[in-house]
Amino acid sequence: MKNKLIVSPSPHVHSGDTIAKNMYGVLIALVPAFLVSLYVFGVNALILTVASVLFCVITEYVIQRFMFKKEPTILDGSAIITGVLLAFNVPSNLPLWILAIGAVAAIGIGKMSFGGLGNNIFNPALLGRVFLLISFPAQMTSWPLPSTVSPIDGVTAATVLENIKYNPQALPSISDMFFGLESGSIGEMSVMALLLGLVYMLWKKIITWHIPISIIVTVAIFTALMYWGDPSPANNPIIHLFSGGLMLGAIFMATDYATSPLSNKGMIIYGVGIGVITVSIRLWGSYPEGVSFAILLMNAFTPLINNYVKPKRFGEVRKNG
Amino acid sequence: MNMMLMAVGVLGAIGASGATILYFIGQKFKVYEDPRIEPVQDALPGVNCGACGFPGCNSFAKACVEADSLEDLNCPVGGADTMASVATILDKAASKVAKKIAVVRCNGTCENRPDKNEYDGAANCAIAAQLYGGSTDCSFGCYGLGDCEAVCPFDAIHVNPVTLIPEVDVEKCTACNKCVVACPKQLIELRKQGPKSRRIFVSCMNQDKGAIARRACQVACIGCGKCVKACPFDAITMENNLAYIDDDKCRLCRKCVPVCPTNSIWELNFPPPRKVETKKETASVDA
Amino acid sequence: MLKTFRIGGIHPEENKFSAGKSIETIAIPSEVIVPLAQHIGAPCQAVVKRGEQVKVGTLLGKSVGFVSANIHSPVSGTVKKIDKALDASGYKRDAVFIDVVDDIWEESIDKTNSLNRDYDFTSKEIIDKIFAAGIVGMGGATFPTHVKLTPPPGTKAEVLIINGVECEPYLTADHTLMMEKTEEIFVGIQLLMKAVNVNRAVIGIENNKRDAIDKFRETAKFYPSIKIQPLKVQYPQGGEKQLIDAVLSRQVPSGALPISVGAVVQNVGTAFAVYEAVQKNKPLVERVVTVTGKDVTNHCNVLSRIGVPLRNLIEHAGGLPETTGKVVSGGPMMGKALASIDIPVTKGTSGILIIPTLEARRKQMKDCIKCGKCVNICPMGLNPTLLMTLTEYEVWDKAEKEKITDCIECGSCSYTCPSDRPLLDYIRLGKSKVMGIMRTRKD
Repeated sequence: MKNKLIVSPSPHVHSGDTIAKNMYGVLIALVPAFLVSLYVFGVNALILTVASVLFCVITEYVIQRFMFKKEPTILDGSAIITGVLLAFNVPSNLPLWILAIGAVAAIGIGKMSFGGLGNNIFNPALLGRVFLLISFPAQMTSWPLPSTVSPIDGVTAATVLENIKYNPQALPSISDMFFGLESGSIGEMSVMALLLGLVYMLWKKIITWHIPISIIVTVAIFTALMYWGDPSPANNPIIHLFSGGLMLGAIFMATDYATSPLSNKGMIIYGVGIGVITVSIRLWGSYPEGVSFAILLMNAFTPLINNYVKPKRFGEVRKNG
Repeated sequence: MNMMLMAVGVLGAIGASGATILYFIGQKFKVYEDPRIEPVQDALPGVNCGACGFPGCNSFAKACVEADSLEDLNCPVGGADTMASVATILDKAASKVAKKIAVVRCNGTCENRPDKNEYDGAANCAIAAQLYGGSTDCSFGCYGLGDCEAVCPFDAIHVNPVTLIPEVDVEKCTACNKCVVACPKQLIELRKQGPKSRRIFVSCMNQDKGAIARRACQVACIGCGKCVKACPFDAITMENNLAYIDDDKCRLCRKCVPVCPTNSIWELNFPPPRKVETKKETASVDA
Repeated sequence: MLKTFRIGGIHPEENKFSAGKSIETIAIPSEVIVPLAQHIGAPCQAVVKRGEQVKVGTLLGKSVGFVSANIHSPVSGTVKKIDKALDASGYKRDAVFIDVVDDIWEESIDKTNSLNRDYDFTSKEIIDKIFAAGIVGMGGATFPTHVKLTPPPGTKAEVLIINGVECEPYLTADHTLMMEKTEEIFVGIQLLMKAVNVNRAVIGIENNKRDAIDKFRETAKFYPSIKIQPLKVQYPQGGEKQLIDAVLSRQVPSGALPISVGAVVQNVGTAFAVYEAVQKNKPLVERVVTVTGKDVTNHCNVLSRIGVPLRNLIEHAGGLPETTGKVVSGGPMMGKALASIDIPVTKGTSGILIIPTLEARRKQMKDCIKCGKCVNICPMGLNPTLLMTLTEYEVWDKAEKEKITDCIECGSCSYTCPSDRPLLDYIRLGKSKVMGIMRTRKD
């Protein structure tokens, strides 16, 4: 034998799971939604997504290389996901310079200022999105009509949720909403594509069902109760589930590893919280859409949930039961 | 105008009543503190390292104030100067403890003590110690993973990247004892700094029998006992195949240094003429 | 649905290459080294001197204290010296070196292969014989068996659980023993039942050993009080607490012994050793060891005397492959990596696993991404990432509250971590520190 024996504590095998595997898994799960956005918004969606990814990756590289003076870890895929999700959360006619500001805010403020991947408190992509929403409200809420609906460029229209609030007559059909033929942000429209992504991620065990399902069920139950009291379209549970960023948020944004609770029980509490806050903002707030704020708010509660909601220990005897 | 007066009046009244309540509460919960504690604490280094045996500088200051004499109390970090100023503040006699310094008792560098296997666990001596004796044949020596470096609050001990043995910075070391506790092999000892930092010690902790120790490491103490015979002051004892120099008895005569066949006795900061070169010559003549 | 334990668990690649290989006997070398500490608890005191003649079965080391086990000579010959020798613990410990001459056994030992079925013993007689024979838990934990069979006062066992799970990947020693010594194991189980005064025993076997389950079911027809329980393949099912949960659906509370839920757990290998000790008067001087690994040419299960250098076993399996990176005593999840292959087989050596360099080295650790995978797979319901952080920052009181001492060191957390964090390394350190603190508090 030529080499020295290697000695280390057990275990001596590893599952082979890596950060990159999980991150690229998420990216694969985002492909269907991306394809729908290409179909609906055409080349704009492609330009914005690619630009956003580039901005995010460059920001991360620059900060890690020149400020942290560490080996950059841009290849682990997390900055790419942030870029894709940021692009998916903006209108398809957003000027690129605004998107660049959003990317710098997402990576610089949302992620790197806390020390990088895993240490951030808030979902970086959402932080970037909310940063833009507050800084550039006009550009962030003018939604171009899908090219499949109106072939003329530059025509904008309200989103479903805006219509519910201000113009309940102009709602698209449920099936259009399911397949994604409505106006809105680039990636949030097609419920079908996003659900495909969810199935893929559950199959690959990248995420567990707890967060997305608890959000979706909470929103459904909450709005159903409201609909039962007042059956107007503004309270229709199906419209709420199929519109806005709910699916994108529940499946891809709320499930971000670093900013969601560790234990399954904690995940359910977190999901229910997001659902309740989302519906509250949608029904009674001044913004038509509340998913981003709901997720950011619950992100802030995650450390608290982790501290108080523990997994059930082996052999633990609970008092009163 | 009226409104303004009213606003001023109301705010003033709230402020006054708040101040009164605070005053009475402050009186009620007042804690008496010896007024001498604060100046004593100011005289201390204030790093709260715990080297004195108390949880922090404040507790040490309290202990100094309450004690009848300062004999058993010593701040190793501040040393004699600090204790002298504490003594002046309290008008008590200062303790006279010789300044100590941390000494690493292993010289098993990569050259002296070749690796026989490769450690691949977490870079932490305590974890390695739980697993096994180390990557060399000597199971008493340094792991070189730097637990001592990690605990040092004064940036005074560093693992040399070439030899993988920690080295103590005499200027910075305050003998706070943290590295001594952290080392899972008990390799670090606080010894008298000595005049002009001159020190003599056995730089080895290997308790194996001579042949085994020598095979594992070129500079191991093989327990031959030559130094014990050479010492005119009975300062050297031999236990478990390992020599130990008592720094209370050692008079720094250096007679033990040249007789050691493996050069495991170190002399530090002595005038150069009789340093390493002499040692080697004498050693080879002896051998 | 097959039964299994209810919290966490993983399913690593099984890689049981040596399954179905029959037991081969290893030749006795010219010198053996018998460590005096082969079990959990106090090391033995040597009762032989340099130059003394010993036979197979002669007592070499006497157990001192309650948690300790006797050690017998595995060979006949002359005691060469009693000196320090490197063992699987990674440290040099006292051991007896014996120069081998012939193979002469003590007269009291029945060397034949005939099957004895003599149940005419009292509980105390059985436990005494087990104690005299120096039997320890053969699954790898090496906890002295007589201690486990002596329940603390005020407790009463209801059921004996026999561990035929062998959940560690690669290892097949128990499996092979179950296939070849089925009847003997059943007799051993009957004796163990008698020793702890229970009339019910359940053998838990994972479903990847179909042949063993079938064979045991056949045999169990003649032993009405022994039941076979097939289990879903999941690691760490061989853990005592996990096995009880899987078989009985009862969870042993934190810090308590299995007897608190009425169970006593013994390994199949131990049952066989008990059979030999009670029916044949044979002390524990040999055991079955699996020698395997991805690049090993001749995967095998060998019967080896205690004290034979692992090098001989590896030679039997075709020698160390060129690609060797790591040699592990035990399985890949909980085994110990060895610094040298010249250490001897001990009572706890269940396998020798040779891992190629490519898989042996750990990857560089990255920051925790808080994915929560370790939390979900921890079979004790702990939070490994938190426990590692608490250990790093030495927050012992909080670590104690988070039940760091419940950790069974199964390694599932480190196995799963996508950031390659050495979770178990730190938790193990923290656990021993916290246990030390708890012990000083008690005194």
